[in-house]
Amino acid sequence: MLDKRMTPAEIVGQLSDGMTIGIGGWGPRRKPMALVREILRSDLKDLTIVAYGGADVGMLCAAGKVKKLVFAFVSLDAIPLEPWFRKAREAGQLEVLELDEGMVQWGLKAAAFQLPFLPTRVGLGTDLAALGGLKTVQSPYADGETLIAMPALKLDAALLHVNRSDWRGNVHVFGPDVYYDEWFARAAAKTYVSCEELVDKIEDHYADQAQYNIVERAFISGVTHIPCGAHPSSMPPAYGWDMKAFKAYTDAAKDPGDWNAVKDRFVGANEADYLAGFGGKEAVAALPLPIF
Amino acid sequence: MTDVTLAELCIFACSEAFRNNGEVVATGVGPVPRLAASLAKLTHSPELMMTDGECYLVEQPVPIGPRKYEDRKAAGYLPFSRFFDAAVWTGRRHAMVTPTQIDRFGQINLSQLGGTHQQPKTQMLGVRGFPGNTIYHPNSFFFPSHTTRVFVAGEVDMVSGVGYNPAKRVPGGNYSAVSLRTIVTNLCVMDFGGPDNAVRVVSLHPGVTFAQVQEATGFELIDAVAGETALPGADELAIIASLDPHGIRASVIKDNPPARSAAA
Repeated sequence: MLDKRMTPAEIVGQLSDGMTIGIGGWGPRRKPMALVREILRSDLKDLTIVAYGGADVGMLCAAGKVKKLVFAFVSLDAIPLEPWFRKAREAGQLEVLELDEGMVQWGLKAAAFQLPFLPTRVGLGTDLAALGGLKTVQSPYADGETLIAMPALKLDAALLHVNRSDWRGNVHVFGPDVYYDEWFARAAAKTYVSCEELVDKIEDHYADQAQYNIVERAFISGVTHIPCGAHPSSMPPAYGWDMKAFKAYTDAAKDPGDWNAVKDRFVGANEADYLAGFGGKEAVAALPLPIF
Repeated sequence: MTDVTLAELCIFACSEAFRNNGEVVATGVGPVPRLAASLAKLTHSPELMMTDGECYLVEQPVPIGPRKYEDRKAAGYLPFSRFFDAAVWTGRRHAMVTPTQIDRFGQINLSQLGGTHQQPKTQMLGVRGFPGNTIYHPNSFFFPSHTTRVFVAGEVDMVSGVGYNPAKRVPGGNYSAVSLRTIVTNLCVMDFGGPDNAVRVVSLHPGVTFAQVQEATGFELIDAVAGETALPGADELAIIASLDPHGIRASVIKDNPPARSAAA
């Protein structure tokens, strides 16, 4: 039987400096934060990050791990402006490719389909093309329409956090919205998932829930079991986001404003230490689901 | 109706933007636009579709602010994972949003202020979905504070949404779906009905003069004022109150003034 189980450290050990890494989830919602924290505990650097960004992006920027960011927004929803991302941008420390939200998923789809680009109207009439060096193509048909050629966003690796997986990478995601995680996985050479629940053979336990399988196991290279692994982002239906933690993280960007002074609290030496700082698994399980 | 607030007047005025839109997704981002879309659906435009703010389509608009997670009756499903396929890139949506800047061409900015793209002076959200929204479906705007910092002279710092600026339009592109509709502010209602889609003032809120609006705007406006912006009636006010049980609308415009002393 295929056994893709790995430790978080083994997963991060598969990543290398300069890689392009996609991160699933959306803003402060179902982010693979434990895997992001594992990157933050490592020496990895010069990463290109592709994400619908939240604190994952903010923390990686704060820690100086990001060479280039591919993004449409970075936000914590209830705290609209991600504080550490802002600091990094306003310090001029990032290369960026700024895109429309729809262009991001379109670029992931181009990569998944092994195409150099996919055409789109999106971006025409704005500053995106000029700032991002995006080229246009002309329809070869009678309409002759000029379109932006959205380049494939090929990922060396993608990171996802899911509700459940088995050893082979058959994943289940239960949230009301699964965002674009499946396309991050298909756009990536390797995808690593952390999960709230790990089982040996999913069909022996949950055969009636296969519709929650958002992406095929051929795209999953490694699986690791990290309960509460989305904290402080939301993980419906298991737990909501931790707005108190996001508030503390946001305040810390102003005072002391130095990531090294606060990273022990927001990253920790390991996941057990980290979670203990936020009340442990019981406190996380009690976080109410967000209301929009 | 002396107790009608300016915010309630704005909600009522914004709701008009969603009239006769057909079966499209009405998205209002922020309390006033969201209440406006919901008010439109509950009064003149029941055909509108809308979400609960997360991912379910609801036929009964959900109230804003704290409520129970289960307090939504899903009639359909429109998660982010389907949003571009179903609502945005098919043109079946009308969004009302509040950008940080807007210029005389209707170009909008939500991304950054000042500095350079490499090092902005102030980083905001990023362009989000504005480039796609503006080229594919109608958009309207609400601004709670009408000033020259919002309605800028020249062009916005970073063009995040398509406007009517010919110089920005790559030749051969299809701009046929660009449709900027209504601008509601704390002073007036405007549209893009002037020559070459120039911005016109079409109604002034009670007590506001055209000169006052022009003074607060960084570009020249056309005076097409047809009268005073209408106030919501008792029925509309009751619906607004039911959609905003926590009174969040009172925090939208500075000091929550009454509609009748908007000039003060």
